[in-house]
Amino acid sequence: METLMSILVGVFFAIGTYLILTKSLLRIILGTSIISHGVHLLILTMGGLKTGGPPLLGLDSLSFTDALPQALILTAIVINFATTALFLVLSYRSYKLLGTDDTSQMRGNEDE
Amino acid sequence: MSLLHIMILIPFIFAIFVPLLYKFFNPRIHTGWFVLIIPVIIFIYLIRFIPGISSGETMYHSMAWMPSFGINFDAYVDGLGLVFGLLITGIGALVILYSIYYMSKEREALHNFYVYLLMFMGAMLGVVFSDNILVLYVFWELTSISSFLLIAYWYQREKSRYGAQKSMLITIFGGLAMLSGFIMLSMMTDTYSIREMFTQINVITEHHLFLPAMILILLGAFTKSAQFPFSIWLPDAMEAPTPISAYLHSATMVKAGIYLVARMTPIFGGSSEWFWLVSGIGLITLLYGSINAVRQTDLKGLLAYSTISQLGLIMSLLGIGSAALYFGYGREADLYVVAITASIFHMINHSTFKGSLFMVVGIIDHETGTRDIRRLGGLMTIMPISFTIAVIGSFAMAGLPPFNGFISKEMFFTSVLEASKLTEFNMETFGILFPVIAWVASVFTFIYSMILVFKTFRGKYKPEKLEKKAHEAPIGMLISPIILASLVVIIFFFPNIIADYLLKPAVASVLPSLAEGGIIDMKISAWHGWNTELFMTIGVVVLGGLMYMYLKKWVGIYRLYPQNMTLNQLYNSGLDHAQGWSKSLTDGYMTGYIRDYIAYLFGFFILFIGGTLLVTQSITLDFSNNAPVNVFEGALVLAMMTAAVTVLFAKTRLTAIIALGVLGYLVSMFFVIFRAPDLALTQLVVETVTTALFLLCFYHLPKFKEHTKRVPLKPLNLVISIGVGIIVTLFAFSANGTRLFDPIASYYEDAYELAGAKNIVNSILVDFRGIDTMLEIFVLCIAGLGVYTMIKLGLDRREK
Repeated sequence: METLMSILVGVFFAIGTYLILTKSLLRIILGTSIISHGVHLLILTMGGLKTGGPPLLGLDSLSFTDALPQALILTAIVINFATTALFLVLSYRSYKLLGTDDTSQMRGNEDE
Repeated sequence: MSLLHIMILIPFIFAIFVPLLYKFFNPRIHTGWFVLIIPVIIFIYLIRFIPGISSGETMYHSMAWMPSFGINFDAYVDGLGLVFGLLITGIGALVILYSIYYMSKEREALHNFYVYLLMFMGAMLGVVFSDNILVLYVFWELTSISSFLLIAYWYQREKSRYGAQKSMLITIFGGLAMLSGFIMLSMMTDTYSIREMFTQINVITEHHLFLPAMILILLGAFTKSAQFPFSIWLPDAMEAPTPISAYLHSATMVKAGIYLVARMTPIFGGSSEWFWLVSGIGLITLLYGSINAVRQTDLKGLLAYSTISQLGLIMSLLGIGSAALYFGYGREADLYVVAITASIFHMINHSTFKGSLFMVVGIIDHETGTRDIRRLGGLMTIMPISFTIAVIGSFAMAGLPPFNGFISKEMFFTSVLEASKLTEFNMETFGILFPVIAWVASVFTFIYSMILVFKTFRGKYKPEKLEKKAHEAPIGMLISPIILASLVVIIFFFPNIIADYLLKPAVASVLPSLAEGGIIDMKISAWHGWNTELFMTIGVVVLGGLMYMYLKKWVGIYRLYPQNMTLNQLYNSGLDHAQGWSKSLTDGYMTGYIRDYIAYLFGFFILFIGGTLLVTQSITLDFSNNAPVNVFEGALVLAMMTAAVTVLFAKTRLTAIIALGVLGYLVSMFFVIFRAPDLALTQLVVETVTTALFLLCFYHLPKFKEHTKRVPLKPLNLVISIGVGIIVTLFAFSANGTRLFDPIASYYEDAYELAGAKNIVNSILVDFRGIDTMLEIFVLCIAGLGVYTMIKLGLDRREK
């Protein structure tokens, strides 16, 4: 399972990177989302898969899966949500102001 | 913190109040009057040390700064430091007094001027009274920085900025070289204290870093003291106001290099490399400076080259004198002690006569509006006091009696004659060059000294060429040069006061091993009888006088030297090329397209992570402790891959967004399988909201353009992204294959006892790592604010 997950994560990273390297703002945001999914799965895989019950003490399991990666991922999901929202609104705003969603046309001042 | 530390720091502390004083009292009271108090107080404080120091005492106070690194602010006063300290504060006081009349309180930014000046004074005191080499280095660079600020004081002028940049580049280059030399020294001796290094001289001389450290430290000293070929910054530094030229660029800062060489003599002296480098470079500089001074038409330019030349003289004396350490004890050593004595003596003398000359040139500039020798002349009757001071200063510089320059010049001749008889250090072959170079340079020194006096004060008065009507300077401006000129004469008649109280302890700290033997004994007298030295001086006067009289006939020789081969030309073209080269290099990769920068980041990621994996050989492909895969999970993985690929190849935005949503939900299903209920819940909620957000923005963003409907195929991007994917996969494999440590999660399994929570993940988030979570909420708040601002604020106005 871990091997399969590692390959999956690699595919996510490759697709995400390719999308980030395109010009369209929307595709860039899609790319970052895919990469962050990849990161979550990677952290989860690193903790070891299915080595015990869910990390809840009230249940009758003798051992638990590693709770630390889960806490990290939980944080990552929330932060990722915040940044995605910010990116989306940023691209919306820049489209409104600049009239393009093509990053290669978003040049700065004259004297750059 | 002792009084000594306060003394070093008080100029800095007082500098804070200077702008306030300027604000409240200018233009009623010249700010200089307040500043003047500081050097006067320190000077008096230092004078009190003289009796103790001259009887062989030293003073040492330590103040902890970074004790764990062995870096402490150690203040140390000995004979050498004291001479410099007195020069810094004594000349400093006179210069500030002079500047009160020189710098107009109506027109000049006096607060800047005096803040820089005080900063320099404090830094310079720090240099000469620090025992810790790193502290010394910090103060050393501070003097470079304050010199930079003072040269660029009239920053509106292009030449000021050019000169400031030049001095900065050259002296900081030397400073950095010196720092690496210092670090080598501390590597050899395992201490940062100069005095502790003196106890380990044997270790240093036998170490293989001995020569590199010596050369690097000398680079620092030579750049600071404007030795050939680094001397080019000093003439351009003359763009500074004249009080600054008198203070920094002739009396004190340029002598920091002399100080460093003198201070390091006990460590490096006695070796032939040190002897040759210091005395050789010194003599070349002496000759180069004196020959170039003759061709100058700007009075300050002439003084600048003369300063370079005189610094070379002092430097060469220190080099010759270092031979004393080679001999150790005995009559030979005694002969070379004279050289060290002469160097410090001449340094004091130089500060007096050159300081007075600079001030006179400043007066001429101030009262006539020009410093050009070709426009000046006949000022003797108009400015009699200035003329007298100029005569005293110039004749001392030329080495004539009855002025102090004569005595130290005679001692210089003694030393070079002595050096030519030296049979060690390969001196049999080249020794004769020493007195020859010294004598030729002295002839040129005589010529430019005469030019300085007679071209400005004698000849025909040319009022039509002057901007102002010339008249004598106000008395306040004359006080300082008069004091210095009187010292020039007094020292000639009573040299032994200086010798007993200042020179002897100073020489003792340059040659500590000889001082312990008690053989440093000096009597300086103006009259030595009819010896070789005197005949050399007479020769200088005769030939110099003849050459001065026929100056017009031979001065054209200077024009024969090709203009494009000067050191300045080399510096300028070097600087231009460096700038052009670095610009074209930067333009090459700074394209301005964010995509390119991201490609660099990923490229670096591949090279760095992949390279590390390769180099450390940590790629492991061990699949033994894999969990089994069932059909359901396999199907999920397949579905996720399909969703991700769909996002990539989607032709419409809606397809892409929905595919991403599918991907998110599939991930949350994964979390369920892998026993992470909290994650699954969070992911579900977040994914729903994100998809809604995407759809909202989708409504506003433009469609994929016709020619970019498909994701365009770019081979380079493809290579980069596949590379990233492979590296991540390999990384994951290797991390899975090697488990170096046991998981620390078992600690959190006591969550109920420790935090009273049954959900371990939640207890980690809100209890064990509560502050992290709080900061995370903070990030969310900022993002929320950003979202709100970008949607709401200011857009309506622009749309209209």
